[in-house]
Amino acid sequence: MLQQWKPDPTFYPSPKMAIEAPAEELAYVAAPRDDGKPDAMCVVDLNEASDTYGQIINRLELGVRDEIHHFGWNACSAALCPYAPHPYVERRYLVVPALRGSHIYILDIKSDPKAPELVKTLTADEVEDRSGYTRPHTVHCGPEGIYVSALASAGSEEGPGGIFLMDHYNFNILGQWEVERGTQSLSYDFWWHLGYDIAVTSEWGYPGMIENGVSLEDLGERKFGHKIHIWDIRHRKNIQTLDLGDDYQMILELRPAHDPTKAYGFVNAVLNMNDLSSSIWTWYKDGDDWGIQKIIDIPAQAPENPDDLPPALKDIGMIPPLVTDHILSLDDRFLYVSCWGTGEMLQYDVSDPFNPKHTGTLEIGGITKSHPHPAAGPVSGGPQMVELSRDGKRLYFTNSLYVAWDNQFYPEDANGWMVKADVNPDGGLELDPDFFVGFGDSRAHQIRLQGGDSSSDTFCYS
Amino acid sequence: MDTVSWLSYTFLGVFHGINPGMGWLFAVALGMQEKRRSAVIGALFPMALGHAISIAVVVFVIALAQQQLPEEVLRIACATVLFGFGVYKFFRARHPKWVGMRVNFKDLTIWSFLMASAHGAGLMLAPLLLRTPAAEASAHMHHAPASMVHNATMLLSAVGVHTLSFFVIMGIVAIIVYEVIGLALLRKAWFNLDLLWSIALMIAGVVTLFWKH
Repeated sequence: MLQQWKPDPTFYPSPKMAIEAPAEELAYVAAPRDDGKPDAMCVVDLNEASDTYGQIINRLELGVRDEIHHFGWNACSAALCPYAPHPYVERRYLVVPALRGSHIYILDIKSDPKAPELVKTLTADEVEDRSGYTRPHTVHCGPEGIYVSALASAGSEEGPGGIFLMDHYNFNILGQWEVERGTQSLSYDFWWHLGYDIAVTSEWGYPGMIENGVSLEDLGERKFGHKIHIWDIRHRKNIQTLDLGDDYQMILELRPAHDPTKAYGFVNAVLNMNDLSSSIWTWYKDGDDWGIQKIIDIPAQAPENPDDLPPALKDIGMIPPLVTDHILSLDDRFLYVSCWGTGEMLQYDVSDPFNPKHTGTLEIGGITKSHPHPAAGPVSGGPQMVELSRDGKRLYFTNSLYVAWDNQFYPEDANGWMVKADVNPDGGLELDPDFFVGFGDSRAHQIRLQGGDSSSDTFCYS
Repeated sequence: MDTVSWLSYTFLGVFHGINPGMGWLFAVALGMQEKRRSAVIGALFPMALGHAISIAVVVFVIALAQQQLPEEVLRIACATVLFGFGVYKFFRARHPKWVGMRVNFKDLTIWSFLMASAHGAGLMLAPLLLRTPAAEASAHMHHAPASMVHNATMLLSAVGVHTLSFFVIMGIVAIIVYEVIGLALLRKAWFNLDLLWSIALMIAGVVTLFWKH
């Protein structure tokens, strides 16, 4: 592999500089499905000057029932970090784990970014043998290599789940990351504060609790995750566990401040068992320790007609907001919160991470609501995976959570879609009335924007 | 040693000093993280120490070899290692992975030692060391212990001069970037010094073969 003479132009030392990046022209969208046809990586044209703007211009088929879910880049701005600088590696490959199939696909976008090529497949056996884990999920490009989290231990489908490392030159799996995991067993997302040598991991459930739809029995017994874990990256050691209390079930997406000098971040708790609300919490450095505090409660709503509720919610009689994703703008100012159940996208000003201000709401879809999109009429599903352009002006989101769960909460119609909202720089957001990408009977999950977005890169300079 | 040698040690110090991967970038990052200039300056000393140790190891190994091996054998061996290492680095982009952002004096010293060693910083000095004829360096060795002391002093001076110019340039770049230019520079001006290094190593290999006093 011949090296590049200049750093990859999509790498930015600081979030401030990344905000100045040119607008994205393509999105890569994971499209899992449920009907025995293969999952696909779709390419959506985002170049406003193009004839095919707002359309799917390519589908690369992957495996059947793989549940391709979250994915990431082989390299990003973290390659500029000063202790392991290697800025000449290219942002060229998408690392795409199959959350159900446990394969990992490597897609090359260099020769034609509009038509990714599958250049390597790590089979489920390889992933399990080499990493010791199964059900790979989150991918982050780190200074030392590619980090991937996974839900469970290979073979057992029980805990502990954890993180493994991949080489960012040849995609070999280097093995389990943790040296001392302490009591951590459940696993889901992870991210870090590189400026503090601290990683954070969250907790969802083991494969058996989620793969046939959310297990209401396990939920009743409060078996899902309710903690986050703080890790010393240099010693790969769990140094503190923050328990939100088992009233809170499923602690998912971790959004640390992008500015490496800020030692706080936001995480969502999907369900409060007492009142079905969702909540957003702020974790923060507190002297030598870390703390966590609830900053936003989002209540469940009463349906207009309880008969319209899906079977899973009939007995409960309420619509839980099911906050299952959120995204933090690169300037650490706005947090966008997806309420998948109630069909709302909420915007908060989190400049003060302990005193959020609600600055905008947008409605689309929702259980029993099917709030319409101007270009498509009433839609099923609700805001789920959300991504924000680096300049913070364009918000994109899709409606699929996890195939089996879509079927549970939106049994009538779980067809995928992707929409866009325009953001007012001073707060507020509105749907782009013309932008609606239908995925037919396939689902639409995570979005990655070409060149980077607000959850793809980590920065070592403020 | 003559003026050419001293200037060459100094020049190589400059060459190593401007490489972001050798220290100044880390110093700037620590300054930004701590939000104070003294963190930038504080990082420069362990960086220079680690670099000096890495250089000194190579210098003294070569000096010892000069006394044990025929000159031509050593010359060919050094040239082969240098050229081979350059070719390896040209085709295989690899980088040390160690430490993080919360670092103390010892961490930075070891990091700098690792970076200099992994990049062959000391090896690059081989042509200069071999240029000083083995005869001059060791002919009187068994007759006069004083000349051994003289020889060691000379080698230490070489390491010192190199490290001083390394330290000064690294410091100047770090402060200018931290105070004035900012890191936008990285995106535009950080051309692949690693690649240039690999070429420099290959050139050093060839020079080793032919450059005699």
